[in-house]
Amino acid sequence: MEVSRHWRLKKERYAMVGEVCPHCEQKIFPPRDICPDCGQEARTLFRFSGRGEVYSYTTVYSAPTGHEVNAPYTVALVRLEEGPMVTAQLTDLGEKQVEIGMPVEMVTRRLRAEGESGILVYGYKFRPQLSAS
Amino acid sequence: MTERDIEVLRPTREVGIVGYGAYVPRYRLPASEVARVWTQGQGGLPIREKAVPGLDEDVITMSIEAARNALARAGVDAGRLRAVWVGSESHPYAVKPTSTVVAEAIGATPHIQAADWEFACKAGTEALQAAIGFVGSGMADYAMSIGMDTAQGRPGDALEYTAGAGGAAFILGPAEAALAVFEASYSFTTDTPDFWRRADEKYPAHGERFTGEPAYFQHITAAATTLMKALDASPEDFTYAVFHQPNLKFPQRVAKSLGFKPEQIEPGLLVPVIGNTYAGSALIGLTAILDAAQPGDRILLVSYGSGAGSDAFSMRVTDLLPERREQAPRTQDYIARRTEIDYATYARYRGKLVLK
Ligand SMILES: [Zn+2]
Repeated sequence: MEVSRHWRLKKERYAMVGEVCPHCEQKIFPPRDICPDCGQEARTLFRFSGRGEVYSYTTVYSAPTGHEVNAPYTVALVRLEEGPMVTAQLTDLGEKQVEIGMPVEMVTRRLRAEGESGILVYGYKFRPQLSAS
Repeated sequence: MTERDIEVLRPTREVGIVGYGAYVPRYRLPASEVARVWTQGQGGLPIREKAVPGLDEDVITMSIEAARNALARAGVDAGRLRAVWVGSESHPYAVKPTSTVVAEAIGATPHIQAADWEFACKAGTEALQAAIGFVGSGMADYAMSIGMDTAQGRPGDALEYTAGAGGAAFILGPAEAALAVFEASYSFTTDTPDFWRRADEKYPAHGERFTGEPAYFQHITAAATTLMKALDASPEDFTYAVFHQPNLKFPQRVAKSLGFKPEQIEPGLLVPVIGNTYAGSALIGLTAILDAAQPGDRILLVSYGSGAGSDAFSMRVTDLLPERREQAPRTQDYIARRTEIDYATYARYRGKLVLK
């Protein structure tokens, strides 16, 4: 992926900044500028709380290029408190077993390194909620 | 000049800590594991265990979480910060600031100063001194200083037992909004080569026995006594004190020689359970004290950075602390969140296994 694309995605990736529809209040993540609910333009920025729960998950043993160092890792569909569903890695699981419905919270982590000399890419992952871990 | 004549540092307007936040990663390497691999379990252990960052953690990600905790306690919009300064000796990039990523992630950009600070283990308190000046002069209403490290010890070196990971973020602001108000501060610096890492080296080198008396003890003692003399204060006037913690013995010994009792340093003495967090060490100790302190309590903070220098701060807790500290996880919550790992997992997490 190019440096310019990482740069454009930074607010969305670092802090889960999405959008809210000014017409129907629908919260949108990732941002797409058009409300999936009412089809009207939606460009108002909205910072998600980062809290949600695991909707489903799978463990990746054979990781794609750039993610080998993290394998094995768990990828989950997370239902955010505000409604949208996002796909992201789970982290800081320790010995904890992942369960459907497990409360999780967003953390900003290193997603990958572009080789030995390229940029470091940071973005959201989810971990068991601190109070519940 | 005698010590009594030395001017300590006082800003034009009063400055305090309006928010603070800690971070400790989840994984723990028991010192007994290091001993098992390198000394067949022989010899004493300097601490119980140290905190180890996960595969996806570094000084940037850890600073972001501590910064978010500090913002939650401050109740200040990130856009009102005028500086994000990160002190560390393990910045992920050699060239490209840690602080710009942290500032962006917490929503503090773009009307902001951002810079990375370096002074071994006192890079964080150096940034704290600067933030007192920045806010105290009226140039800014709010400034954030962070001390955070993922310390490296050469495999088998004595430092491998203690080189830990963690740190803390502080938002400084006007005294009226503060949880604790600074009375005065002071810095004591000399050129002392007790510990260093050359530009392209992965692991640090140290001056063996030279690290104690002329380095740690001389600088901390000078900084603490000068500040206390200027304030006309003595150890019994402080409820708590926290000193840089490279191991358990050094802070205990310097506290005793200055005249502090064990119970004054105990709440901030975290090195036995998280290790030496370098630029984060004294600062995360302060967060644990703020988690427990009561209005009116007086706290002495003294850091130490190799090379060498000490920063000393005296502060008083205000009525705002008890309610505001509930707005983020306590330092002990992070310490209690704990997964023990063995040496092999540690070697993998810390990049000591080379895949190609
Ligand atoms: Zn809509």
